[in-house]
Amino acid sequence: MTGTEWGLALSVFLACAVEAVEALTIVLAVGTTRSWRSSLTGVGAALLALAALTAALGPALTALPINVLRVVVGALLLIFGLQWLRKAILRASGLKALHDENEAYEHELAAARGAGTVERDRLDPYSFTIAFKGVLLEGLEVVFIVLTFGANQHNVGLAAAAAGVAVLAVVLAGLAVHAPLARVPENTLKFAVGVMLTSFGIFWGAEGAGAHWPGDDAALLVIIPAVLLFSIGLAATLRRRSAVASRAAAGQAVRV
Amino acid sequence: MRRIESFLRFLWEFVVGDDWRIAAGVVVALAVTALVAGTSVSAWWILPVAVGLLLAVSVWRVARTHW
Repeated sequence: MTGTEWGLALSVFLACAVEAVEALTIVLAVGTTRSWRSSLTGVGAALLALAALTAALGPALTALPINVLRVVVGALLLIFGLQWLRKAILRASGLKALHDENEAYEHELAAARGAGTVERDRLDPYSFTIAFKGVLLEGLEVVFIVLTFGANQHNVGLAAAAAGVAVLAVVLAGLAVHAPLARVPENTLKFAVGVMLTSFGIFWGAEGAGAHWPGDDAALLVIIPAVLLFSIGLAATLRRRSAVASRAAAGQAVRV
Repeated sequence: MRRIESFLRFLWEFVVGDDWRIAAGVVVALAVTALVAGTSVSAWWILPVAVGLLLAVSVWRVARTHW
């Protein structure tokens, strides 16, 4: 595998693992409180829908001329990557609450318990719908990343395999602990995914728009660390400024 | 009609996200890169600079509401 393919596989694996952890929390909550059969049917239906979407859009994307594909993929990766990175920086600097899987699990449990009784031997519409929606919505972002990375490298299979391995790892971990995977450092993973998506977006977007990178593919070895360092620097600056602002506010309150 | 509306809203939230300025900025930066790449001036630096500015401005706008 080339360096770019390793980058592709790692980005898809991390993105998919994060989304799978969030989907697992939802499925565990409805499965435990209501009906495992209905929840797993919902999961299966969502996975089928996601696979159909990948199979339908993959060939359409790869049929685009390479430069058009790179601009489209670059733009989408940048928009997505910057959103991931923005949220991760705000969370790392304490300006946005960290995503808490235990809290999300408790919230889903309470909602599932308050959704009426479950009829035995029948498909529970609540469990099916919540599991289906949870997996579909979390999975859509993964499908998008698999398609954009895979189509651009003409290797949708590798991207899909990386996503499959991530889902398998999360499911096995979920089966082992039988609880939400609250110890997974979600924000760190999201930070890493944001850096990778943004870096590849910069690289492919500029290439597709007609720019030539000094060093060609080796430019990625500079872009990825540069995006990472810039993002860490932004988070550290915001954290420091927030601490100063909090101290100033506390000082003012004492004076009043 | 309501279904189309809610689908479009979902699509907007899915693609554009919390800050539409990022999406708009990326499109503008790519267009500028394409324009400059058509001249004799080197264009590879435009996107990294634009991305840095967009990210910094976007998080700064949120931070200012907390301070």
